[in-house]
Amino acid sequence: MMYLIGILITIFLVVIIVQIGKVNELTARLRGEKQAAQDGNDWNAKLMLLFMVAFLVGSVWSAIYYKDYMLGYGPNLLASEHAVGIQFAFNITLFFTGIVFVITQILLFVFSYMYRYREDRKAEFISHDNKLEIVWTAIPAFVMALLVVLGLVEWNKSMADVGENEKPVGYVSLEESDREDTYLEIEATGKQFGWILRHPGKDGKLGEKDYTLIDDATNELGLVFDDPKNIDDIVISDELVLPVGQKIRARITSRDVLHNFDIPHFYVKMDAIPGIPTHFVFTPTMTTESYRDHLSQFPEWNVPADPDDPEGPKRWEAFEYELACAELCGKGHYSMRRIVRVVTLEEYNEWLTKNEEKSFYLTNVRGKLGDPFINKKLSIEERIDRRNKEKDAEKKKDDAPAPDAAPSTTPATPETPTTPETNTEGNTLNNSSSSENSNGTTTIGGEVKNIIEKATEEVKKEGEEAKGLIDTPKDGGH
Amino acid sequence: MADLKHNEGLLVEEYGYEAIEDGFHDHHHGDKYQSGFITHYIFSQDHKMIAKQFLITGMFWGIIGGLMSLVFRMQLGFPDSDMSWLQPILRGWISIDNGVGTLDPQFYYALVTMHGTILVFFVLTAGLSGTFSNLLIPLQLGARDMASPLLNMMSYWFFFLSGAIMFASLFLSTGPFSGGWTAYPPLSALPQASSGSAGGMTLWLLSLVFFVVSVLLGGINYITTVLNLRTKGMSLWRMPLTIWAFFVTAILGLLSFPVLVSGFLLVMCDRGLGTSFFLDQIYIGGQALEQVGGSPILYQHLFWFLGHPEVYIIILPAMGLVSEVLSVNARKPIFGYHAMVLSILAIGFLSFIVWAHHMFMAGVNPFISNIFVIFTLIIAVPSAVKVFNWISTLYKGNIRFNSGMLFAIGFVSLFISGGLTGIFLGNSAIDIPMHDTYFVVAHFHIVMGVAAFFGMFAGVYHWFPKMYGRFMNDTLGKLHFWGTLIGAYAVFWPMHYMGMAGVPRRYYSFATFDFSNQFDLTNQFITIAAIITFGFQILFVVNFFYSIFYGKKQKQKNPYGATTLEWTTPIDAGHGNWPGGIPTVHRWAYDYGKNDGTMDREFIPQTEPVSPEEKEYDDKHLH
Ligand code: HEM
Ligand SMILES: [Cu+2]
Ligand SMILES: [Cu+2]
Repeated sequence: MMYLIGILITIFLVVIIVQIGKVNELTARLRGEKQAAQDGNDWNAKLMLLFMVAFLVGSVWSAIYYKDYMLGYGPNLLASEHAVGIQFAFNITLFFTGIVFVITQILLFVFSYMYRYREDRKAEFISHDNKLEIVWTAIPAFVMALLVVLGLVEWNKSMADVGENEKPVGYVSLEESDREDTYLEIEATGKQFGWILRHPGKDGKLGEKDYTLIDDATNELGLVFDDPKNIDDIVISDELVLPVGQKIRARITSRDVLHNFDIPHFYVKMDAIPGIPTHFVFTPTMTTESYRDHLSQFPEWNVPADPDDPEGPKRWEAFEYELACAELCGKGHYSMRRIVRVVTLEEYNEWLTKNEEKSFYLTNVRGKLGDPFINKKLSIEERIDRRNKEKDAEKKKDDAPAPDAAPSTTPATPETPTTPETNTEGNTLNNSSSSENSNGTTTIGGEVKNIIEKATEEVKKEGEEAKGLIDTPKDGGH
Repeated sequence: MADLKHNEGLLVEEYGYEAIEDGFHDHHHGDKYQSGFITHYIFSQDHKMIAKQFLITGMFWGIIGGLMSLVFRMQLGFPDSDMSWLQPILRGWISIDNGVGTLDPQFYYALVTMHGTILVFFVLTAGLSGTFSNLLIPLQLGARDMASPLLNMMSYWFFFLSGAIMFASLFLSTGPFSGGWTAYPPLSALPQASSGSAGGMTLWLLSLVFFVVSVLLGGINYITTVLNLRTKGMSLWRMPLTIWAFFVTAILGLLSFPVLVSGFLLVMCDRGLGTSFFLDQIYIGGQALEQVGGSPILYQHLFWFLGHPEVYIIILPAMGLVSEVLSVNARKPIFGYHAMVLSILAIGFLSFIVWAHHMFMAGVNPFISNIFVIFTLIIAVPSAVKVFNWISTLYKGNIRFNSGMLFAIGFVSLFISGGLTGIFLGNSAIDIPMHDTYFVVAHFHIVMGVAAFFGMFAGVYHWFPKMYGRFMNDTLGKLHFWGTLIGAYAVFWPMHYMGMAGVPRRYYSFATFDFSNQFDLTNQFITIAAIITFGFQILFVVNFFYSIFYGKKQKQKNPYGATTLEWTTPIDAGHGNWPGGIPTVHRWAYDYGKNDGTMDREFIPQTEPVSPEEKEYDDKHLH
């Protein structure tokens, strides 16, 4: 039935169209074809002008209308170091192309109008003008050269890999000068349809992988557990936690088809390719919290995030940096969302400490069949034990009133992979702990410094220890 | 000698131009082209009929591809609307839940892929270049037909076969191919990765291989014809810009399409023979594949080595048609003919060394990108020159706004708007945020999609009398123009802003991300604009078919007062185009409004000898 109606409407439309055409030709014949042609010509010339005005006004108006939506304009600050330079190149390009756009569109439509057909007009025979042509070849060439230089400077800055003398770190240093030649390497592995994210743990190094070891139930990434670097690697699947102001090297790979690691607010984008790891180096400049604070000034961000829930969180409160996929990877391509949470350096170190015991190895392999380090004591476990004991001791102290003792880490819950709940819980805990010590930032700083010092020592120790560990079974084998 | 002169004088009287007798009359009877219905309309070897076949087939595919885009635009603009009314056509691809029909994501991607493939290859390559190269090369060069009418016929029928295979793939139970028109492996190589990569991809590859055969047969023919069958006096520098454009287009196709096929063959091997040209360390469908050592990036190099020239294969013919239509209707020579030809050549050459600008974010060495940035932005220079020349062609003209002319002017506007965004994308640093977002979608739809369509419309309206001996209705044509110009900008302009907000392309739903989920109104607006714009295309289709039979009859041989040779043939030219001898050429193609003191004429056909006191404007006199 629907279809019958559809067909009837179509036929009806066709008849109408044909009639419009016919009627116009008939009236034209009545007025005399020449006069009609002249009238039609004038009409269209006027429409050209009208269109030009509407088009130019529309393009400016729409740019203003969308200003608050676009990244790098309005409230939407860019949140990484290199993005600012790129935005500069964008704006310079916009400036030059904008001028060309306006001038050429105006000339095109104005000429069309001015030189519309008149019976008494003669077209002028202008076949070429060498001088003019040289000028308008040279100007674009010059502007292009300018844009190329500007663009390539930004490009090579943005794409530079970490230097040879830069060191990977696990815990990040709070001193800017110490951070200068360090980077934090994290890994994102694309799969249909999601990202598997990995933090290097305290040693700052990502362990080896082997795609033949992948097993969806027990080892999504195919981590090679013989490699001691894997012992402390933390595999998470719901959010990427990044310290602000620390150079990040994202190692980007894929398990199956092409994906693309895309964080719009950072201007970070790079294909994830099975077999060929790629990377993108960037430095986040704003924590999620400070970005939210920034957004809270704007009225359009002060509306409920969910229109159906007017009492719920405001848009700015719900703001998150997001990691997306920007390379078609199959039917779930549009759904590979992960949250990117940028935190302060202190918070990052705390997060790392807290998540140490959730390293993929400890939660999934340790003590099970196939654990290469079975029967060996690992320094990571010692650390965790020690911290738990300290915590227990603190708890006992807590029973006796002790005002300054703030819980520095979350209680050890022997829970398997991080779930969103534990993370948010951890988050609030961290916040409350730091606010409790309103005058105690130094305490935390000092504490963290201790952690880092200890950590570097332990990394060394663990490396040696691990070498021994690998050697042991080999020796035993022969 | 005197004898010959006398003869020529006679011929001028008979045909209106000086003609060369090439003995065509001798085998006039026993017509090898038009003996019966089948050989006349179906397996025709007459270039004019083949042109019409390409055009109408292209229109068929244009409608199919356009309708597909409306379906996926519905999904983007109105994701919550009930699509169950499409179920009788789309069947299982609409899943009904609580009486509300939704489009399956897998089929969404299949639609997007088919839309892209169909429009890029079937409509804007075959339908555009196939139509007008065939129609105009022999007519404007003064040739009886293509160098090889047989290959020409085969070119169409390979295209037809290619289309038939693609059409069949729409009905597979696993669906047509759904990995994007670029068909990047591993997605396209592994049926485990996407159901469209099963039988759908096999047919897609097969179809496009036949398509390439068609392009190559056509291209060889166009090149040979241009080089060898120009009539007496038609030096290369006297050819109309249309011919230059078709000529360079054919060369681009000949050099780049085989590379695409080599890429396709390697994909086929990876799919069927267990090779791993493009596969490495893949775990999929619960299994680690044994194929290792390949590189998915290699495919992208092969693809874009065609892919970038392909965009110029699409736009160059449109540029040629527009140059011609602008000049004829402004009653002025095309401005800077030599610069125009050199730009075409420069664009053609440069288009081979910029391909990796599609791969800035593909994991290639960032150092290499430096070089591609430089070449890419150099392309903007000849493109700019062309734009300036078109605009100057209008300057001090006496412009007739018929439908063809309107579309030609619209083309220039669109080419400016879309070309300028190319300058952003070609600068690799700016491409970091823009790559694979709606900004790219806006760029290439405006500069290639819509602009090429405008070139094609300009050509169809302008040369319709040459094809059917009748005019299309001009009122409907103008309505079509204004609706399409406004509609196309309404559809694609807002997409720039979405791209600048980071919204990625090829998303089935924008609701999964906060940053992409702020454009509900925009998306609804775009979808509605797209539906309306499609409606205006119906106007064109109706006008086209109605006019074939009932359009205003062409009464004069040369209705536009044009200088080029196609208007010297009889209105209803049979095979061989010219009933007697073929015309000879004495001047360039752009003597419009010549009033330089040596001459004062509204237009002077190419067939007219240069009088002794007249200043000539072709090659000999320009340098
Ligand atoms: C000023 C000249 C131009 C420049 C500098 C330019 C530059 C670019 C660049 C760099 C891209 C890749 C963007 C990305 O994927 O991130 C691109 C995409 C594209 N361009 Fe252009 N372009 C120009 C003109 C054209 C023309 C004339 C056409 C066609 C007639 C065209 C058609 C396309 C198409 C189809 C794509 C998208 C391909 C895809 O990914 O599916 N461009 N352009
Ligand atoms: Cu994806
Ligand atoms: Cu390109």
